[in-house]
Formats: sequence, C-alpha cells, structure tokens
Amino acid sequence: MLKYVAKRVLLMICVFLVIISMCFILVKLLPDKPPQAMPNSDAYNIIMMRREALGYNKPLIEQYGIFMTKTLLGIDFGKTAQGEQKQILFGYDLKNHVFKGGNWGLSEQMYPNHEVWDVFLQKLPPTMLVNIYTMLFAVPIGLALGIYAALKKNKWQDHLVSTGVMVFISVPGYVYCFLIQYILCYKMVEWTGWGFPLQMLSGTNYFTWKMFVSLIPAILSLGLGTIAGLARYTRAELCEVLTSEFMLLARTKGLTRGQATVRHALRNSMVPIFPMILGEFIGIIGGSLIVEQIFGIPGVGGLYLASITALDYNFYLLLNSFYTLVGLASGIVVDLSYGFVDPRIRMGER
Amino acid sequence: MEKNNMIKVPLEKLRFADPNRRTGDQKFDTKPMSYAKDVFIRFCKNKSSVVAAIIIILLVLFSILVPIFCETNYSQSLTDTTYLKYKHLLPKNEAFVGTGFWDGCENDTINENRYYTLMALEKETGYKAITEIHDNYKENGKKYYDVRVDSYIANGMEYIDLSLEQFNDIQKWQNENNIQVIFPAVNEKTKDPKTGKELIAASKQGDADVWYATTEKGYPRVNSKGEYTACYADKNDQKYSGLLYTPEYYNYDSLRIEGDNGDYLYASVSATRVGNKVITSYKVRVLLDTYFQYRYGHEASFLFGTNQKGQDVLTRLAAGARFSLVLAVCISAINLFIGAMYGAVEGFYGGTIDIVMERISDILGGMPSMVVMSLFQLHLASKVGPVWSMVFAFVLTGWLGMAARTRMQFYRFKHQEYVLAAKTLGASDKRLIFKHIFPNAMGTLITGSVLSIPGVIFSESSLTYLGIVNLESSTQTSVGTLLSGGNGLLMSYPHIILFPALFISLLEISFNLFGNGLRDAFNPSLKGIED
Repeated sequence: MLKYVAKRVLLMICVFLVIISMCFILVKLLPDKPPQAMPNSDAYNIIMMRREALGYNKPLIEQYGIFMTKTLLGIDFGKTAQGEQKQILFGYDLKNHVFKGGNWGLSEQMYPNHEVWDVFLQKLPPTMLVNIYTMLFAVPIGLALGIYAALKKNKWQDHLVSTGVMVFISVPGYVYCFLIQYILCYKMVEWTGWGFPLQMLSGTNYFTWKMFVSLIPAILSLGLGTIAGLARYTRAELCEVLTSEFMLLARTKGLTRGQATVRHALRNSMVPIFPMILGEFIGIIGGSLIVEQIFGIPGVGGLYLASITALDYNFYLLLNSFYTLVGLASGIVVDLSYGFVDPRIRMGER
Repeated sequence: MEKNNMIKVPLEKLRFADPNRRTGDQKFDTKPMSYAKDVFIRFCKNKSSVVAAIIIILLVLFSILVPIFCETNYSQSLTDTTYLKYKHLLPKNEAFVGTGFWDGCENDTINENRYYTLMALEKETGYKAITEIHDNYKENGKKYYDVRVDSYIANGMEYIDLSLEQFNDIQKWQNENNIQVIFPAVNEKTKDPKTGKELIAASKQGDADVWYATTEKGYPRVNSKGEYTACYADKNDQKYSGLLYTPEYYNYDSLRIEGDNGDYLYASVSATRVGNKVITSYKVRVLLDTYFQYRYGHEASFLFGTNQKGQDVLTRLAAGARFSLVLAVCISAINLFIGAMYGAVEGFYGGTIDIVMERISDILGGMPSMVVMSLFQLHLASKVGPVWSMVFAFVLTGWLGMAARTRMQFYRFKHQEYVLAAKTLGASDKRLIFKHIFPNAMGTLITGSVLSIPGVIFSESSLTYLGIVNLESSTQTSVGTLLSGGNGLLMSYPHIILFPALFISLLEISFNLFGNGLRDAFNPSLKGIED
C-alpha cells in the first residue's frame, strides 16, 4: 500500500511539474504588459528596474531555472537589498522561523507592489468559508435524500426525488444563482419587508451571524448541485447493495429491515460514496468562479478572473498552479481512499 | 422476495405442444429485426426520452428558423443604431394586451415627478403610459404612486435629426396611416401670456418628454383644473430657443395635435449653405413607439422584450442558441473522431504504446479546463479570434474522455474469439479495428458523444458568462454572453436573464434525458428487463 501511495504521489508531482512548466513557458511567451505608470517617470523606471532585477530580460531557460528554484521550491540563499544573506528553504525562512511560501513575485496591475502570495492568502478564507458551509449543509441532505429514495424504490417518493435530482443536475448552476438571488434577495423584500443581502458583506469578520446570513444565498446556490449529485449516487449505490445476496442472508438471520439496512447495506454503499465526498472536500478550496462572481464573494475565483482580464501574470501563474494542484490532489485522494475505506480493493493491482 | 412474473393465459387459449411437429427447420413467421430498429423501438418505450427528443428538435428548429424569418428584424443591422433607443422594453404579446400579463406593462412605484411626466405624455399623445393606478401615498413628505406602466409608451419622446427627405417621408407616412409620429417642437423661452415672464422649462433642456412649463423643482406647473401649461413653439413667436425658424425651408403639412390651430411648429430647422447648395436639418420630437412603426412597418412588440442594448431578446437568443448548439455538436464530433482514433491505437496495440499514450493523456487531463481555456484565449484570441481559440481549447482536453471509452471497449473486444478467428484467417490490423471491433463499440461511443453535448454547452455558456471567452468583439453571440449582459439588471429587468436561462435549462434537461434514454437503448443487457 505504502509503495502504491508513494508511486501515485510521485507521479502526481511529475504531472504537476510538467503542466506548470508548460504554463510558465506559455505565459512567458506572451508580451509583458507595459506598466501602468507614465513612460520615463520615476514609477515607470522603478518597475522596469525591478523587472530587470527579477530576471524578466534574461533568456527564457534562465528564467525557468529561477522560477523552479525560487518560486516553486522556495529555495533562496541570495542577498536581500540590504545585503543580508537570505536562508529560505522550501518556503521556510530558516532565520526568522516563519513559513513564507515560494517567492511568486509582486503584483503589477491589480495590487501594485503587493506580494502575490500574501494577497492570495487573504483571498483564500472567504472561498473556503462558503464551501465548508455548503458541504456541511449539502452532504447530510444529499445522503438522506438518496437513502430515502433507495428505500422507497419505485414508489412515488422515489420518483419525486429522482425527478428533482435529474432537474437539479441538469440545470446549470448559474441559473439557480439568478433564481435564488431574485427570490431571496429581491422579491422577499417586496413580500415580507426583509430579504437577504444581495452580496456578501465586506470586511474580514467571517464568523459573525450577519456575515453568515449574507452568505446563505451563495451557500444554497452551491449546495443544490452537490445535494442532487450526492443523492443520485447514493440512491444508485444503495439500490445495488439492497438487492445483493448478503442482504437476503441478513434478513434470514432474523435482522429487521431497518437493522439490515443500517448495519449491512449502508456501510457497504459508503465504500464508493465516501471517497466522492472526500474529493469534493478537497475541491472546495478551488471554489466556484460563477457563484463567487454573482454573490460578490472576495475569493480566489474573482482573483483568477481579474488576473486574466488585467493580464497580471504573476497572479495568473500562482492561481494556475493552485487550481492544477487542487485538481490533481482531489483525484489522488479519491483513488487512495478507496483502498483505505475498503481493504478488499487494491488500487493499481494487476 | 421476487414477484411471480408468470403471464396469465386464459384456459381456452391453452393448447399442448404437438410432440410430432418439428419446429427447428421451419422459417420464422416474423421478420428479423436489425440492431438499429431494436434500439429505436426500445428508445421509444422510454416516454421521457421521447419527450426530451421532441423538445430538443423544437429548440433546434427555434434556433434555426427564428434567425431566418426574423432576419429583417431591426437589431440585425450593424449600421442602424436606432435600436439603442428601445432598450429594456418588457415582453409583450399583442394577443395579451389588456389582460395584465405578457402585455409589456409592469407594476411599479413611481415618484410624483415621473407620474406627472407620464400623465403629460398621455395628455399630449393620447397613448396611455400609465394603464392603471392602484394607490398613492405619502412618505417623508413625498408622494408616490403604485401604478402599472406600459414600458413601450413610457419610453417616451426623443429628439432626432432628420434630412429634408426623411422629414417629408415621415409626413407622408403620417398622412397615409393617420398615426402621429412627430410632435410639436418645444420653445424653451415661452413667455407666460399673463405676466410676460419667461416660463421655466430650462432645467429640462434636452429631455424630449417635457413640453410643459415646470416649477423650479422640476414638477409640471398645473393649474387648479389640472391643466398643463404648454410651451410649444409657435409660428408667431419668432425667437425660439436659439434655433432658427426659417419659413422657406420649413413645410409641415400633416397631422397636428389636438388644440393646434395651425400655428405650432413641428421641427426646428437649421440650414447651412455649402457652395450653392443649402443643406437643411430638421430636429424633431418623435414618439418612439410610433416612430418604430414608421421605421420598421410594424408595431413595436417584442415577445421576449429587449435587452440592455435594445436588441430583441428573441432573435438574439435564437442566434446565441444556434451558435452554442453548432459549437457543441462540432466539438463533440471532433472529440469523437480524435478520441476514437487515439483510443483505438492505445487499446489495440497495448503494451508500451499504451503506457506512453496514457501518460500523455494523464498530463492533458491534469490541466484544469479553466487554465487551458484562458491560456488559449491569451495566446490565440488576437490571431484567430475568440471563437476558434475556444474550439481549440475544448478539443485539446475534450477528446480524453472519448479516448478512455474507446480504449476500454477495445480491451473488451480484442481478445474475443471472433477477433481471434479473423486474425487467424489473416485479417490485417486495419481490418480488425474497423471491420470487427469498431462496429461493436459504436453504440457506446455515440451515446458518450451525445451525452457530452450538454457538458460542452454548459462550459461554453459559463466561460462566455464569466468573460474568460469574450465574444463582445466578434459578431457572434452565445447564451452566456446574453446572460452576462443582463447581469446587473436582474432586479429591474429580469426578462433579459429569464429567457436565456429558461432556454438553457430546458436544453440541458432534455439533452440529459435524451442521452440517458439513448444509453439504455444501446445497452443490450437491458433488453427485455422492463417488459
């Protein structure tokens, strides 16, 4: 098992490096956007000097070397502007004992003179907050609906749930966003005199009641799709398990239907469902671009979109690596967790 | 546990089999059924899929036919920008006028000023901008009205500049149809007939809706009988608003408003002499609703309303849907082709070839689609346009799923006995792949391809909605672009988003149902299960 895990992780790192190298070269091939400052002004010259110092004008292969060591691996033993020796290994400052991450450079267009890495860290909490709330509310409901539909198979309750699931899976997520925003934030004010705020509250007090209320429309919009997906999957798995032979055995042994379902069917149907939930938990860090845009959540998604339109390449590279890493990691976790959940499954076995 | 599924046969029909009769050598009474026919019959048994297929056909017809038959519709022309004046009109169906639903009206709460402006419009033109008044109340010393406003009439008046020919043409049209388009010009320097002081209308200069004297706050000056004080330009009043009244170039011989004894001027004329020629320009006040009738020959009435640029949502939606559908079908077809080739080679030859090719698709599959799309847009959009770069990006990663599917099918079939038999008889690899294995894998591949269409439509609409793919500069439009156009207007004009959103939801649901039905129909193991 350990060998398999190590092999998968190594392979993932290789794939990640290849993708990031491709991204880096493609981005560097694009013409650098001229600085916003006036040509030949002081600000302009400073930006140009900084670009020179950061190696923008060096050959591509040399830039690639710098990117690999300083940025991706976070190894820097150069000298600061003050002439001090830097000792940063894998993003960890050996002198001051703080974790700083790789040196991803400064933002030039969107947040002039801010460290890209710091801005990114600031944007991460809102995204994660919304998605964690969503998972907390969507996973139990999705599981419950799926189990209910499977137990009532081919009765009207099952048909109702299945039709709802079909509709919610098919309809694009942004359509619910519009609907929810229109009904909960706008029409509700007309009907009851109170409605949810149109956008997420500004500020960084993430754990206040008001902030939570302002997030509810976004959580609902994100959750509906997850609920539907999970319910469909759970129903299918549980239906299959319920018709299997060992269930018959459990009933003949004298267990009631409830006991047999909870002790035997549910546990076994969780084998494929649990990795799926785990995969979604990793995916939550990535967040949803559309929901963030519609509900004004100052998260990573908005940053990514803005970096594309503003052509802020340092942000763009960082976020590309981030999304790639999240995608690869969730894939690997799903695969590995099969083995942990059910030891009978040996992934990668011939 | 299992229900007893025995078919009940009535006793009189029951007959014992004749042991002497040999059925083995006899021909079948029934005709043999082909695979395609069998699939079709089983597909038709699934009612929801058939309904979904019909809905898809209707939606496709909608997107093909509407742009053809509405091609003359007014927002098609790029040079004619008149449509910019007709933005945010509400959905209206002529058959529903007066029913309070789908009639281009909406319930609204308006302030006093707006109320008087709309009432003045009604007084001048005779068209009702406010169709119903529900309630009025005072809040913080200001008066508000709960009313139902006809968005088409409330669009109001507009100043436009015309040449002599155009001016004469409108007059001719007015006479023929007896519909008034041009309304009298306003003299902003009208004097009060009693006091001789200049009336205030100056604050409203440029607002074509205001033809009456106002108070200093901008409200209309209404006398005790509720009458407005008109500020029309009069032939006898020579000074008017600094614009020239040049009798030799002005001739208006058409409909006049009520209360006009022939003295009101209907245009302010400016004449410039270029060499020997005199070029005249007529600045007139037109009612936009009737001006539309003059210009396009039919009443302004948009089934789905108009969007933020004044374009007809119906035709834009059809054009966008056509684009999205064509794109999705083309991309699915290309992906099917590339994926089938790649997967066939992988699956058929296996071994080292398979391992190497799988690693390549691993790397491509690891790239998030957002990253691929944005990189392609940054690199290629300026060279081949956003649409082509989107197609390339979709194809770059899209075929992976199809390749995996094909590979799986090839692994399944390549060791079967009939393939071995063909190999023993000396069939070439090409023949084995195309004649023996592909036909068996085709059902799965086609369903996979159909099922990938809604996915492509969904990602395309999200990408254009988010602006990662920016179609603004190209002449194409897509459903996502329409949605993003109505983004900030959801609260005030929900119809701009409603119709595209409804369309895409319906399309996605139908495609999923249709695909599921197709998958079940192509799956031979499900044959006879539901009978």
